[in-house]
Amino acid sequence: MINFMKYKLIYFLISLSVIGPGVFFLLTSGLKPSIDFTGGTLWEIRGEKEVESGTLKEVFAAQDLAAEVQSSGEKQFLIKTVPLEESQHVLLAEKLAEKAGEIEEIRYETLGPRLGAELLRKALLAVVLATAVILLYVAYRFKNLAYGAAAILAMLHDTLVLLGVFAILGFLFGVEVDTLFVTAVLTTLSFSVHDTIVVFDRIREIHRKTELSYEVVANQATEETLVRSLNNSLTIIFMLVALLILGGESLRTFTGALLVGTVTGTFSSTFNAVPLLAVWEKFSRQRSLRGILRLR
Amino acid sequence: MQGGLQVVLEAQMDEVGEGDRQAALESAQAVIERRVDFLGVSEPVVQTSRLGDSYRVVVELPGVEDPAQALSLIGQTAQLDFREGDNLDQRTGLTGKDLTRASVDFDQTTGKPQIALQFSSEGAKKFAEITARNVGKPLAIFLDNSLLTAPIVQGEILGGQAVITGTFALQEAQQIVAQLNAGALPTPIVVLEQRQIGPTLGEEALRKSVAAGLLGLGLVVFFMVGNYGRLGLLATLALLVYALLTLAVYKIIPVTLTLSGIAGFILSVGMAVDANILIFERIKEERRWGKDLATALELGFGRAWDSIRDANLATLATVFILFNPLDWSFLVTSGVVRGFALTLGVGVLLSLFTGVVVTRTLVRAFYRK
Repeated sequence: MINFMKYKLIYFLISLSVIGPGVFFLLTSGLKPSIDFTGGTLWEIRGEKEVESGTLKEVFAAQDLAAEVQSSGEKQFLIKTVPLEESQHVLLAEKLAEKAGEIEEIRYETLGPRLGAELLRKALLAVVLATAVILLYVAYRFKNLAYGAAAILAMLHDTLVLLGVFAILGFLFGVEVDTLFVTAVLTTLSFSVHDTIVVFDRIREIHRKTELSYEVVANQATEETLVRSLNNSLTIIFMLVALLILGGESLRTFTGALLVGTVTGTFSSTFNAVPLLAVWEKFSRQRSLRGILRLR
Repeated sequence: MQGGLQVVLEAQMDEVGEGDRQAALESAQAVIERRVDFLGVSEPVVQTSRLGDSYRVVVELPGVEDPAQALSLIGQTAQLDFREGDNLDQRTGLTGKDLTRASVDFDQTTGKPQIALQFSSEGAKKFAEITARNVGKPLAIFLDNSLLTAPIVQGEILGGQAVITGTFALQEAQQIVAQLNAGALPTPIVVLEQRQIGPTLGEEALRKSVAAGLLGLGLVVFFMVGNYGRLGLLATLALLVYALLTLAVYKIIPVTLTLSGIAGFILSVGMAVDANILIFERIKEERRWGKDLATALELGFGRAWDSIRDANLATLATVFILFNPLDWSFLVTSGVVRGFALTLGVGVLLSLFTGVVVTRTLVRAFYRK
């Protein structure tokens, strides 16, 4: 049997090497919120004529509006600006058409700033609620707070990895986080705990049958569930990679977040939650031993 | 998926009394529904939601041809007015402003639903004059320039209280009342959020998602057969059953397939084989521990069940929070998030069935030495 638990420190170091830089960027440059959270307008158009993005920017400047205009394909532009009224939308569409020829609106989204703040609050609440429900469920299933705590720590790990990776991506490539990113975080949490429960189930099963030490039980359970955990993650990763390559631009951030989440979720279940449980058991056993000594 | 418009509108309630706001919101909804019908969109959604002091109407119009026109139509404040004359086209000067409110009432003797109108003092004066000169003739009520109802005036009505009797079904009466109130409690509407997707993006995204789904499915099948041989082949069959069932469910509960919804579906295919992987790994183990094939097969299904159930319950809890079926206003009610939660949730439930029951049946029937 492979002694997985012997390399605890290495697993924790791997996690730290991802979380460390992630948290650094999270604290320094932070996440780049999309208009979902800040309010604003996202407008993608395709024109008939070749035109510079600067020319389109001037259209907005002429109306005293700050706008960011990026090319997003052939004769195609992605415009980000402040929240617009429908009358402004119609007027600007006309002005843009004067420069770029007849324009086709690929998408147009506008959100007031109030709604953004509200959404952010709701999103955070959803994450807290999901975490609480899962903690209670795991603690109830395993009749042991240690299991619940280990599962939550693994979930915290995954959340930090995801937020950190996207802080880095935001810093390097301007990747934004939106409502779907929050959805991806929640989905990751449920995946992560899914894997964690499978390993914990096995630990409990072996515990019932034998009197082995916790480390040995943890090793055996890890060995027995690792293949299934990897296989399952692989099938999910196959689907996500296919979506990432072929699924088109608008889903890329979401798919990317789910992919990062699946990888970290798989890792944290086996290599964080189980060793954490081992550490916990060791400490609580030492404590109880000391207690016995004192009694005598 | 064919593109379309989604708007979140807020009804401005500053002029409406605290107690009438819910009714005013329902009226705004009724009026918007009426206007949406006029647009001829195939599967429109018009829902109300309330968050604190903010009264909202969410409108989804998949495949609408001209979103700008649709929006300007939806966003108008309701115009109610009373008309007379042979062709019912002469304005009487009595409008929604003069109407205090409308409500559903029941005839004391027959118990049939009827519509009660309450006019303001100025409205009562105008109404008395109008009814006096129109006895025996119809008096038409127009909402947004289209005819709502045209009851016959039975006699001069003084005092500003009137009832419209007729053979209304209760629901019909309620609907007319809501529309009358839209004129009585006019609420200007502002756009809080607007999302529109052109038909190109819709089509393109659909095509790409289908390609991605097929590629992913191919990889999963390849992997399962490579790893578990004949069992993997049976799992693939179960996966096909899963895909067909899912599509059938989408037909029954009309899911507006958003991009995120499609992502949820594609993801659920990856997860659908999870139960099979758990079971097959368990079977392998039982074989390793020296059980014969038939016993290992049965034990594999039996013993893997605990893990499968626990793990999927956790996912379902998350789906519940994301989908927010009870419309708790403190949680996300965004259509994008819901689309994802719905397809993921349907996926988890169906995959439990196909991954365990269907695969077991297939294995019992076909997996023999």
